[in-house]
Amino acid sequence: MGKRSNEPFLWMLFSAGGVAAALLIPIHLFLFGLAFPLGWLEAPGYDGLLALVRHPVTRLYLFVLCTLGLFHWAHRFRYTLYDGLQIKHLNEIINTLCYGGAILGTVVAAYLILGIA
Amino acid sequence: MASSIQHPPRPYPPRVSTYWWLGRWPYLKFILREVSSIFVAWFVVLTLLQISALSRGPAEYLGFEVWLRRPVVIALNAVSFFFVVFHAVTWFNLAPKAMVIRLGGKRVPSLLIAAPNYLAWLAASAAVAWIVLRG
Repeated sequence: MGKRSNEPFLWMLFSAGGVAAALLIPIHLFLFGLAFPLGWLEAPGYDGLLALVRHPVTRLYLFVLCTLGLFHWAHRFRYTLYDGLQIKHLNEIINTLCYGGAILGTVVAAYLILGIA
Repeated sequence: MASSIQHPPRPYPPRVSTYWWLGRWPYLKFILREVSSIFVAWFVVLTLLQISALSRGPAEYLGFEVWLRRPVVIALNAVSFFFVVFHAVTWFNLAPKAMVIRLGGKRVPSLLIAAPNYLAWLAASAAVAWIVLRG
C-alpha cells in the first residue's frame, strides 16, 4: 500500500478556515482594527469585554477561529510560496515553517485563551 | 537549403519570470487572493495580543487600545481589512463555480447560488457586531 497523504486533512482545515475567515474576520477587524480606534463607534468597556471573553462559548469560539485561521494561512501560504516565488526546492523547510507555525500558534492560543483569569 | 542541418533535440525548460503574475489582472487577482492568507494570520496574532492584554488587566488593555490608535497600526489594519474582504468575496464566489445547478434546462445564475453565502456573511457580521457592541 502506498504512503497515505495528509493532503485531504490539511485541505479540510484550509477549507474550514477559509469559511470561518470569510464569514467572521472582516467584522472583527472592522470593529477592533478600525471603528473603535478611529472613534467611529464607542469601544466596549474593559469589564464588559472581559466578561464576554471569559464565557466558555466565547473562549471556544475564539480558539476555533484562531486555530482554523492559522491552518488556513499555513496551507495557502505554502502554495503561495510554491507558485508565486517558484521555490519548490525549499519544500521541506516551507512545510515545516507553515504547519509548524500553525501548530505553535494553536498551542499559544490555547494557553492564552484558557489562561484568561 | 544550407540551413537544414540536423540538430539533436535539446530539452526546452520554459523560463518563467518570478513576477509572472504582474502581467495580467486574472493572474494578479490570483496572487492577491493567495496573499490574503498573510492578513488572516495577522488577524489571529492581533486577536491573541488582545486576549493577552485583556487578561493582564485594565492598564495593560488601555495600553493595547492606545497602540491600536497608532497610525501605522491603523494603516496595517486598513490594508488587512481590504485583504480579508477580498478573501471573503473570492471565497463566496467560488460556490457557483463549484456547482452548476440547472432548473428547467436553464443554468441557475451564479449570483443566485452565491447569494446564500452573502446572506450568511451579513448574518454572521450582524451577530458579532451585536454581541460586541451590546456590552
